[in-house]
Amino acid sequence: MLYREAGQFKTTYAADQQLFPIRQDRIGIAILLAVVFVGVPLAAETPAIAGAIDFNYWFSGVLVPFLIFSLAALGLNILTGYAGQLSLGTAAFMAVGAFAAYNFELRVPGMPTLASFILAGVVAALIGIVFGLPSLRIKGFYLAVATLAAQFFVVWALTKFGWLSNYSSSGVITAQKLVVFGYAVDTPVKRYLLVLAIVSVMALAAKNMVRSSIGRAWMAVRDMDVAAEVVGIPMMKTKLLAFAISSFYCGVAGALYAFAYLGTVEPAGFELDLSFRILFMIIVGGVGSILGSFLGAAFIVLLPIFMDLSAASIERSFGFALPAGLVSNLTLILFGALIIFFLVVEPLGLARLWQIAKEKLRLWPFPH
Amino acid sequence: MLIGGLLAGVMYSLVALGFVLIYKASGVFNFAQGAMVFFAALTTVGFISMGAPFWLAVALALLAMVALAFFTERVVLRPLVNQPQITLFMATIGLAFFIEGIAQLTWGAQVHALDLGIADEPIEWLMRNTGMNISKFDLVASGIAAALVAVLAVFFNKTRTGRALRAVADDHQAALAVGISLQRIWVIVWIVAGFVALVTGLLWGARNGVQFALTFLALKALPVLILGGFESIAGAVVGGLIVGASEKLAEVYIGPHVGGGIESWFPYVLALAFLLVRPEGLFGERRIDRV
Repeated sequence: MLYREAGQFKTTYAADQQLFPIRQDRIGIAILLAVVFVGVPLAAETPAIAGAIDFNYWFSGVLVPFLIFSLAALGLNILTGYAGQLSLGTAAFMAVGAFAAYNFELRVPGMPTLASFILAGVVAALIGIVFGLPSLRIKGFYLAVATLAAQFFVVWALTKFGWLSNYSSSGVITAQKLVVFGYAVDTPVKRYLLVLAIVSVMALAAKNMVRSSIGRAWMAVRDMDVAAEVVGIPMMKTKLLAFAISSFYCGVAGALYAFAYLGTVEPAGFELDLSFRILFMIIVGGVGSILGSFLGAAFIVLLPIFMDLSAASIERSFGFALPAGLVSNLTLILFGALIIFFLVVEPLGLARLWQIAKEKLRLWPFPH
Repeated sequence: MLIGGLLAGVMYSLVALGFVLIYKASGVFNFAQGAMVFFAALTTVGFISMGAPFWLAVALALLAMVALAFFTERVVLRPLVNQPQITLFMATIGLAFFIEGIAQLTWGAQVHALDLGIADEPIEWLMRNTGMNISKFDLVASGIAAALVAVLAVFFNKTRTGRALRAVADDHQAALAVGISLQRIWVIVWIVAGFVALVTGLLWGARNGVQFALTFLALKALPVLILGGFESIAGAVVGGLIVGASEKLAEVYIGPHVGGGIESWFPYVLALAFLLVRPEGLFGERRIDRV
C-alpha cells in the first residue's frame, strides 16, 4: 500500500526515462539526501545532541570511511558486477589515485584540490586500461591473476621509486591540506560533507551509466562475451571502458582515502587485504547493484567496529580480559563465514533483500 | 643460482599441485589452498607442542584435513553446485579467511619452529667436487615432491577412484550418468589436496617457520598455474620450476637495475606475458567458446 506505483502514469518520454521511475523512490531519495546533507551536520552543531554522541568519532571514524569504501566498492562493482571482469587489484588503483593526487598537489603550484582528485582518477584510469589489456585475451581466473599482477606491481613501484612519494622513507606520504574553492576543509564535519558530495555525484553518474547503452553493453559482456561480440558489441571498447571507469572511481576513492580519511598513507596500506575487503563488500552488498555497494560497505565497515564494541562490553560486564587476537580472529572467521553464507543463500546480496522488502511493501498491510 | 631457484620452484610446484588436483576434479579454483597449507602445518606444530610425537601429530593433522574436506564439501561445495566458477572462486576466498581465523584461534598466531630432523645446510661433498651449493634439505624436499607426483600419477591412472576423478574432471554430467557419486569424489579430492597441503606445510614450515606468511604461498602458486595450465599435474611441476628459476635469475640480473625486490611481482608479469601468447598454459586444455 505504502509502496504502490499504481496511478503513476507516464505521459512523456522524459518521465518514462527518469532515474527513479517510482514516486516513492524519488521522495525517499530526496529525504535521504536532505538528512545526510543537512540533517546530520545540523545535529552535530546542536549542542544538546552533540553532547550525547561523539560526532567527531562518528564522522571521521565511521561515516567518512564508509562513504570512501562505498565509492571504491562502486568502482569494483562496475567492473566485476556489471562488466563481469573479476578484479583483485582494487587497492592498487586506489593507491595510484592517492599518490597521483599527492603528486599533482605537490608539483603543480596552485592546483585546485578537486582538479587534482579528478586528474588522480584519470591517472588511475590509464593504469587500469594498461592492466585491463590482458582481458581482451583472457578471462575468469586468468584475468584475476592479471589484476593481481597490477596489485603487486603498483605497490612495489610506489615503494621503490622515490620520486612518487617525494623521497620519503618507505614511501609514506602526508596529504596536503584540503582546500576547496578557497574554503579550508579542516573539521570532521566539513570533510564529511566534501566526501558526501563527491560520492553522491559519482553514485548518481554510475546509476545513470549502468542503464545507458554502455551499461547494457557491459551486462551483455558479463552474461556471455562471445554472444555479445556476435551481436556487434565492440569487445575492446567495452571491456577497456569498464576498466577505465572502474579505475577512475577507485582512484578518486583512493585520493579521498588519503586526503579526507587517513591523512598519511604508505604503499603498504594498499595491500591485497584491502582489495579483498572491497571485494567482500560487493559480494555481501550485491554484485551488479549500485545500492549494494553502499550496503556492503556499511556492513564491512561496521562489522569490525561492532565486534570491538561488543568485546569491550563483554570485558566490562564480566570483568575479565579476552585473550589478545581473539576478536580479530573471530572477525576473520565471521568474514569468511558471511561470504560463504551470502554466496549460498543470497548471491545477489543485501540489495536483493531490499528488493524483496519492496515487493512486500507494495501490498502491506493488506493481504492482496 | 639456477639450481637454488629450481629447488625453490619445487616448493612452489607442491602448492600448485594442490590447486591442480581440486581444479581437475571439481572445476573449482581453490583459493584456500594456501590457508590449508597454513592450517595443516600449524595443526601439526600445535600437537607437537602439546607433547605428541611427530608421527602422531602428522596423523592427527591429516585427520583434521579430512574433517576439513568433509566440512567443505557439505557446507561450501554442495550448496553451490552448478554455480558459475567465479562464484565458487569467491566462496573459496571466504573459506580461506575462515580457515585462517580458525587456525589462529585454535593454535595462536606466534611463529612456530618446526624441526623435521633434516639439516638445512650445504652438502659438503657436492660443494667440494662441483662447487654447487645445495642443501640436504632441498634435496630431500625435491625427493618428496617427486615421490608425491609419482604417487599421484599412479593414483590417477591406475586406481578405480583415480579414474572416477578423471571422469568427473572431463564431464560432471556424464560422470553422474555412469554412476559416479560427485559428492564422494569431491570429498576424496579435497582430502588428497589436504594431504598435499600437509606435506607442503611441513616442508615450508621447516624452512621458514610456521607462520601466517604461509598463506601467501597460494598467491605465488597462481603464476605457476598459469604457466603450467590449470588441468595438468606435469604443468604444475614444470611451471613451478620455471617460476622458481626465473624469479631468482630476474632478481640477480634485472633486479639491480630497477632497485631490487622484483621477486614479488616478476612471476606475475612473466605469466601475463605468457598468457598473451598461449592463453591455456603449457599443458592446459584448449578452450573452445560456443554461443
